[in-house]
Amino acid sequence: MEQAPDTTTPLDRFVGAVGFDPAGWSAHMNAHGHSGFVGMRYRDHGADWIELMFDWREDLVGDAETGVLASGPIISLLDNATSMAVWTRTGRFRPQVTLDLRIDYTRAAAPRQPIIARAECYQLRRTMAFVRGIAHDGDPADPVAHAAGIFMLVDGQGWVK
Amino acid sequence: MTSTDLPPYARALGMTIAGHADGSPIVTMPWSDRVMGRPGFMHGGAIGGVLEMAGFAAIMAELERQGTVMRVRPINISTEYLRGGQPEPIYASGQVVRAGRRVANVRIEAWQGDRTRPVASCWMNFQLSPPKG
Repeated sequence: MEQAPDTTTPLDRFVGAVGFDPAGWSAHMNAHGHSGFVGMRYRDHGADWIELMFDWREDLVGDAETGVLASGPIISLLDNATSMAVWTRTGRFRPQVTLDLRIDYTRAAAPRQPIIARAECYQLRRTMAFVRGIAHDGDPADPVAHAAGIFMLVDGQGWVK
Repeated sequence: MTSTDLPPYARALGMTIAGHADGSPIVTMPWSDRVMGRPGFMHGGAIGGVLEMAGFAAIMAELERQGTVMRVRPINISTEYLRGGQPEPIYASGQVVRAGRRVANVRIEAWQGDRTRPVASCWMNFQLSPPKG
């Protein structure tokens, strides 16, 4: 009998899975696409928080003169970290989309330093998850950015193409 | 501001200045694996990156019109995601609501095929300061 081609995607192993494994998710889902370009990787997590990070790189710079990172990669990191904080809290993956995300740039990031985001889901409703987080370059008490956002939980239909 | 003035991050994602609308530059970014979030859709952070670049381009254009030279740094951004970003080019353009001596307030929209159906919209505040001497 001919074997059917394997059409599973990296996402499939998390859909319907019991529990949510942030490190495993990050290894599979942050390795490609935009997250892969930024170079995001898992750092640590607890019951309702998670840390992701990426390394400083020349092509992520926003000011060529000073070497200060662009803010775009910091938005992307905080978007991913706050999103994963929801699944970390609920203990399972569920499709969701970003409704809004506000980021305050509290100071310029030090050139050539890795950026670490720490995010938590602080309130969970049936259709919405409220999240917040910071990004820092070594000292969590002296963040480079602060984020607050809301994710809408959606049904899986059309969440990916 | 021209495409070659865009910073390394913007150039790495293929952003260019596509033209002008109402005096503000239109920043565009092509679809590529580098901007993909969940499979088949543009990453919210990449959309945020285009919005910010359009906001920055808008305030730079306004300062040029005023004939002033200032350092421009983002203070904050608040983004509404209105539609899933499709696997096609994205465009963004900002309007300077106010450019004062210390702060500029800018509204920015991003769209794909149809400008009347924005993909995301945001406001940004920028800090203005005298150039380093």
